[in-house]
Amino acid sequence: MENIVLRVKNIDVYYKDLQALWNVSLELKEGKIVSIIGSNGSGKSTLLNAVTGLLPLTGGTIELFGERIDGLAPHEIVSRGISLVPEGRRVFPRLTIYENLIIGSYPLKSRSSKNQSIDKLYQLFPILKMRQDQMARFLSGGEQQILAIGRALMSKPKLILCDEISLGLAPLIIKEIYNQLRHINQEGTSIVLVEQDIKRSLKIASQAYILVGGRVGLEGDPTFFTEDEVRKAYFGI
Amino acid sequence: MENFCQLILNGVLLGGLYATIAMGLSTILGIVKMINLAHGDFMILGSYLSFAFMHWIGVNPFWTFFLVIPVMFFIGFFLQSLILNRVVGKGMEPSLILTFGLSIIIQNSLLLFFTPDSRSLMTPLSVKTIPVTEFLNIPLLYLINFFIALGAIFILHLIFQKTYLGRAIRAASDDEGAAKLMGINTKRIYAFAMGIAMMTAGVAGVLVGMAFLFYPHTGPQYLIIAFGVMVIGGLGSMKGTFIGGLILALSQLIGAQLGGIGNQLLSGYIVLLIVLAIRPQGVFGEG
Repeated sequence: MENIVLRVKNIDVYYKDLQALWNVSLELKEGKIVSIIGSNGSGKSTLLNAVTGLLPLTGGTIELFGERIDGLAPHEIVSRGISLVPEGRRVFPRLTIYENLIIGSYPLKSRSSKNQSIDKLYQLFPILKMRQDQMARFLSGGEQQILAIGRALMSKPKLILCDEISLGLAPLIIKEIYNQLRHINQEGTSIVLVEQDIKRSLKIASQAYILVGGRVGLEGDPTFFTEDEVRKAYFGI
Repeated sequence: MENFCQLILNGVLLGGLYATIAMGLSTILGIVKMINLAHGDFMILGSYLSFAFMHWIGVNPFWTFFLVIPVMFFIGFFLQSLILNRVVGKGMEPSLILTFGLSIIIQNSLLLFFTPDSRSLMTPLSVKTIPVTEFLNIPLLYLINFFIALGAIFILHLIFQKTYLGRAIRAASDDEGAAKLMGINTKRIYAFAMGIAMMTAGVAGVLVGMAFLFYPHTGPQYLIIAFGVMVIGGLGSMKGTFIGGLILALSQLIGAQLGGIGNQLLSGYIVLLIVLAIRPQGVFGEG
């Protein structure tokens, strides 16, 4: 019996009067990677913002391990075991790398293990250790992305949501980051990947959802997707 | 020569006090992006609280720190969480109007409770000095004020650099949205920040009360000083606030010495204008 980590059920989300998500449902089983793809404006980031509580739902429910989390404030949702690697990285520019990581362990229950978590991260990403006392704004884009992932792992989440983590990065760095994601996943963390890089994210995922204009256009095991289906869902042709 | 030394000494000691006055204003502007126009009045509220405790319990004003500081913390904490948080992130105007209103309310409440008479926090230290040479004397009260100010800056620095609370405060000021995603309740963090800022205002209030006379309407005068210090030193830097305090105090006293006491304020503002012209972000401000 596999546990469902995240269950999004029939949600509608509005930006003021504009409906951005229509009846979207999604399920993530424990220890799996789910990929959400779609073109610009298809509602990918909206979906993540709804899950993390930054946007209110007008319909539907969101459950984390069977408990409703919709309607909670972002900081409450995060302390229940979800971490977000936000789009554009959003590391704290004037905090050092070490401090960025420390902030990642802000939820009370992850504080006691912060030193262990940091040691583990430093092994996984030695670059973070080398530059730990520098302010985050002096890092390159790839390094900031690594820092954002590390920061998200500090709270020992059961689920991490990655928003466009390959955006604007060199292919070599993307490859490295994907390898680390696989590693993180093997250690038991479930992952939701929101991506424009269709190929790579479909390869790593065990379940994929293609969003088209705020609706789920195609879902299932990506190994059975045909190129035609993906293209049709993605571009509508 | 010794006259000049005395001047510099007085300026440095007064500068420490100025830095304490400005600390809270600078902290809140840096973190919550809000100008607290009532900062000077809260400071004077601290002076009056100390005055009240002093007469109620009958102790030396130094002991009232232990009461004034926690009371000011709670005032700041609840003020932010119940009132000011409602206007956070809605631009500058609402918070300016709100804090301006608070300033008027505080001034008039003080007028009501304490009458318009001038008050001071009398301590036997006020008139004592430590003679160094025949002409050079260190005013003891100012020296103590200076070290308390230095201590307050140091403690504030430690809180901001080494604790979860301080780091969360800085993270929220860097990127509020991202801070929320780290599990930080930013509204509550702002309340703590305001509590801390009000604690420094309380410290400044007691120190000022021991050195000068105060009235219910003295607040804005210190708000202006705090602005000057903040602009000279640069925003969001404890070091900058300290140096800014020294520069403003020294330039005021030197100006008074050179051109007569009437020029004291003028020379302070001339230096302020020079800093604005050469380094608009302040001495230690970030570009």
